[in-house]
Amino acid sequence: MLLEYLPIAVLLILALLLAGIVIALGHMFGPRHPTERKSMPYESGMRPIGPGTRRMPVHFYLVAVLFILFDIEVMFFLPWAVIYKKLGVFGLVEMLIFIAILGVGYVYVWKMGALEWE
Amino acid sequence: MEYGLILEWIIKAVLMLLILLIGFAYTTYLERKVLARMQVRYGPNRAGPKGLLQPVADGVKLIFKEELIPAKADKLLFILAPVITVLPALTILAVVPFGGTVNLFGREITLSIAGDLNVGILYLTAVTSITVYGMVLAGWASNNKYAMMGGIRATAQVISYELALGLAFIGPILLASSMSVNEIVNAQGRMGWFFIYQPIGFIIFLIATLAEINRVPFDMPEAEQELVAGYHTEYSGMKFALFMMTEYIKMIVVAVLAATFFLGGYLGPFVDQVPWLGPVYLFIKVFILVFGIIWVRATWPRFRYDRLMAFGWKIMLPLAVLNVLLTGAFIILFPGVIR
Repeated sequence: MLLEYLPIAVLLILALLLAGIVIALGHMFGPRHPTERKSMPYESGMRPIGPGTRRMPVHFYLVAVLFILFDIEVMFFLPWAVIYKKLGVFGLVEMLIFIAILGVGYVYVWKMGALEWE
Repeated sequence: MEYGLILEWIIKAVLMLLILLIGFAYTTYLERKVLARMQVRYGPNRAGPKGLLQPVADGVKLIFKEELIPAKADKLLFILAPVITVLPALTILAVVPFGGTVNLFGREITLSIAGDLNVGILYLTAVTSITVYGMVLAGWASNNKYAMMGGIRATAQVISYELALGLAFIGPILLASSMSVNEIVNAQGRMGWFFIYQPIGFIIFLIATLAEINRVPFDMPEAEQELVAGYHTEYSGMKFALFMMTEYIKMIVVAVLAATFFLGGYLGPFVDQVPWLGPVYLFIKVFILVFGIIWVRATWPRFRYDRLMAFGWKIMLPLAVLNVLLTGAFIILFPGVIR
């Protein structure tokens, strides 16, 4: 059973090796003369204003939370889809109910303005 | 454990990486050439005949470039981020079959790395989302506000369109009753290519993957005019090359996936008699799709960010759910068509 994943592990190790070689090539052959000016954060040639990592709008966080909710719902579709032909009409009705419940949440999120970007 | 088997895995993996690398190099060439032609220019034509050695020249140039690490950057994450970004792109195609079974040196060899994996689609969705970590880490580790904004924007965009993408996978699963990519291709051999049954699903898949790989018109995270270069602003030399590699390899990857799920994968006339035709057919389909992606770049302007997110959440997501329901109803109404 786990044997099926071994070829993927081989590929992953080789891919890691490739990425390592690429990074190492740059380190070996590239010149390095850092100056204070050069190692400043790039801000179109101006002196950087304020810190580099700063507060982000909370909206991005909201999108992430919504994503987790809906992505879990999508995951529920997968096993349903595999055995759908055996379930037949029962499966379709079940999924309609599931989507109806999901839809209530979706409409709520929409009405509360979580999908708006102002 | 048989040594021949391990050798076979290693050879296949090396071949896969080589194909992706060469594909990456010549997709950049193709893109520059096609864009140039569409804008009535020549494009690269100095290095080698017709500029064919241009990707090699670019690569050699990048090796000898100075690599800068910003003073206040998180050094470990700064170096790790491009690696995390490129790894999934290189390993996604492990579950996709490139052809049937061929007989080589007296061995039966399947032209895929792990095509029979019974949770193939789960593997695909899981691995594609790892790239997001690389983007957001690159943005954060650079200690540059534009890079950070680019990284955050990229994350929000990719996860928003991932919902529609995940739902677009459901259509082929419903029709084939399996999550194994091999089985999905075989089902298309029995009942015809899935884009006939899944016109909406196919279009959703194409749009969502364009957003997923941050290509025009969804290249907001790298909007040059406002964010310099997005999350890889501070990267130079070979680390920059790794980000570019990810972008172009992912272009090839999504083309392969679209061809596999909706356009019959390696299937085509006479592929049963001559299994070596499989990879050729797949290559033709992928070439057409990659050309389409480049064409889109030459044609469309960029979306505004708020509209991009609204489009993903308010149109793509309901449409994708509707598509799943329609496919379900179709299977019940026409049980004879689905075999």
